[in-house]
Amino acid sequence: MTQTIARRFQISTLAAHLVLIGFTLLALAPTLLVVMNSFKPRKEIFGAPLALPSFETITLIGYDTVLKRGDILHYFQNSLIVTVCALFFIILFGAMAAFALSEYRFPGNRLIGLFLVMGIMVPIRLGTVGILKMMVSLGLANTLFALILVYTAQGLPMAVFVMSEFMRQVSDDLKNAARVDGLSEYTILFRLVLPVVRPAIATIAVFTMVPIWNDLWFPLVLAPGESTRTMTLGAQSFIGQFITDWNAVLAALTLAIVPMLILYLMFSRQLIRGITAGAVK
Amino acid sequence: MGKLVLEGISKRFGAVEVLKTVDLDVADGEFIVIVGPSGCGKSTLLRIIAGLSDQSTGKVLIGGQDVSSLPPSKRGIAMVFQSYALYPHLTVEGNLTLGLKQARTAASLIAERVAEAVRILALEPFLKRRPGELSGGQRQRVAIGRAIVRHPEVFLFDEPLSNLDAALRNQVRAEIADLHRRLGATMVYVTHDQVEAMTLADRIIVMNGGIVQQIGTPSDLYRRPANAFVATFIGSPGMNMVPGVAAGGVLTLAGSGRLPCTAAANGAVTAGIRPNGFEVLPAGSDGLAGTLIGSEYLGAESFLRVRLTDGTVVTVHEHPDHGWLIDQPVTLRLRPGNLHLFDAESGLRIAEGPDAAPQPVAARVA
Repeated sequence: MTQTIARRFQISTLAAHLVLIGFTLLALAPTLLVVMNSFKPRKEIFGAPLALPSFETITLIGYDTVLKRGDILHYFQNSLIVTVCALFFIILFGAMAAFALSEYRFPGNRLIGLFLVMGIMVPIRLGTVGILKMMVSLGLANTLFALILVYTAQGLPMAVFVMSEFMRQVSDDLKNAARVDGLSEYTILFRLVLPVVRPAIATIAVFTMVPIWNDLWFPLVLAPGESTRTMTLGAQSFIGQFITDWNAVLAALTLAIVPMLILYLMFSRQLIRGITAGAVK
Repeated sequence: MGKLVLEGISKRFGAVEVLKTVDLDVADGEFIVIVGPSGCGKSTLLRIIAGLSDQSTGKVLIGGQDVSSLPPSKRGIAMVFQSYALYPHLTVEGNLTLGLKQARTAASLIAERVAEAVRILALEPFLKRRPGELSGGQRQRVAIGRAIVRHPEVFLFDEPLSNLDAALRNQVRAEIADLHRRLGATMVYVTHDQVEAMTLADRIIVMNGGIVQQIGTPSDLYRRPANAFVATFIGSPGMNMVPGVAAGGVLTLAGSGRLPCTAAANGAVTAGIRPNGFEVLPAGSDGLAGTLIGSEYLGAESFLRVRLTDGTVVTVHEHPDHGWLIDQPVTLRLRPGNLHLFDAESGLRIAEGPDAAPQPVAARVA
């Protein structure tokens, strides 16, 4: 009896594992291809695209080309500035809005909440023409600030929605004890509530920074100039009208993955620590 | 003018009236307990006193000053919460000093106050620990310490013992009583447990459905409950409520027993008799006829459940080594001075009359 159950248990978990592994491979395949092929010369990329770079074929010519360009560091810096600043504003304003919506009763509370939720449903790209006109009239075209503003607007609705749900769960007694002690509402938000909702912040950070970093649309529309070019846009420059330097493109894209990996590792550790900290006692 | 005065306080959320006109005058050094079932408005009232919630009408005066528009930190109050609400990222010492630092108190005064609280509550071994490393009882003592260092005019307690286990509850309850004696401070204490109310309070406010039912000393509430709700809420086991009819000075209870009662009572009434207001006699004696349906032995005493002729079940206090048997018919005799009469509809107490007749009940021949 136990034998059959054990075996059935094994088969179903085996099947589950197979499905999960299969899906993981499917999800990782494009990235793996990019990374693998960035270490191959052009002939090999077209000759044997799915093969790992062997000892003879491995080359750094792609990276050479990319790094010799010089401005790659500049593009990198732009991407970093835009992503980090947008993330900062999203979390700052998102936390303040979420706290106000979850904590205080005031007329229009529900309406504002609904309005922000609509922001999640409506894709911001639909308003590109309007946004471009606005940036031009503000004199912000071709500035990093324009990108930061747009990405902040893009990320705020989700941030407010997720954080307000987490903040509702913070003990009322704790906030009231702080009020009795004379702490200001800002201190209560930033010193007491935010540390408790760290998992929420880490989640939002992870989910908003990747689309911002990888975005091609808004840098192309709002800030295509040389001085404000982002990493993703920079990788485009290797795709010419007639000839595409595929090594360089793939090398540039591989380099672009690295900062995201580092930031993700940083945030996910916070995320896991935050979740497990509350579980004990 | 008392230390804490509430004038015409009421609170409504939209159309729902959560508190209906509360007036209260608390003397300096008095221990007031607000007691009532869940949802009766007691926590709302405490929050209004603290300033954490705004009242819809009325004024709050602390130490003679109208604090109705002041924030909690400026009212001269300190509050101890049910969930302790200690700052998790600070040590015990940090928790004790944060409020004083916020108020820009001099460092020497802070040190003095902290030392005093630590001495009173024996917190010395925990000063450098975080709340997460303390047990429930220790956390509660730190929470009380945080209130003491503020040297408030009024201490507010919001069900502080509810999160503690039963054994610890008795111990901390005694500590709170000792604290009150030591400090002589004015304390307002909210609880749903009538035992805490009776043992700690100088005066008790009983609330139900947002309405103040009665304000009085524990003895007042026990001996002269103002209505049926207070009568059944205070005292454990609760007072027995037996339906009856009163006419011309005679009360007919549970269809069987007849008693003399005040002439002011007329029509359908509810008679309240505490478990120790009955005497159990063999069947056939003068009194209320009934059948024993259950017995609970508690060592120092026992409680019998008796079903009367009209089906009402009453609890009767009896000697632990009684000889009564289940299903045995018995007679219950009322001890003098133990009858409380309430109007059957409104539940209000009917004015006292000559119900303390020392002679045994005489059955009237129909």
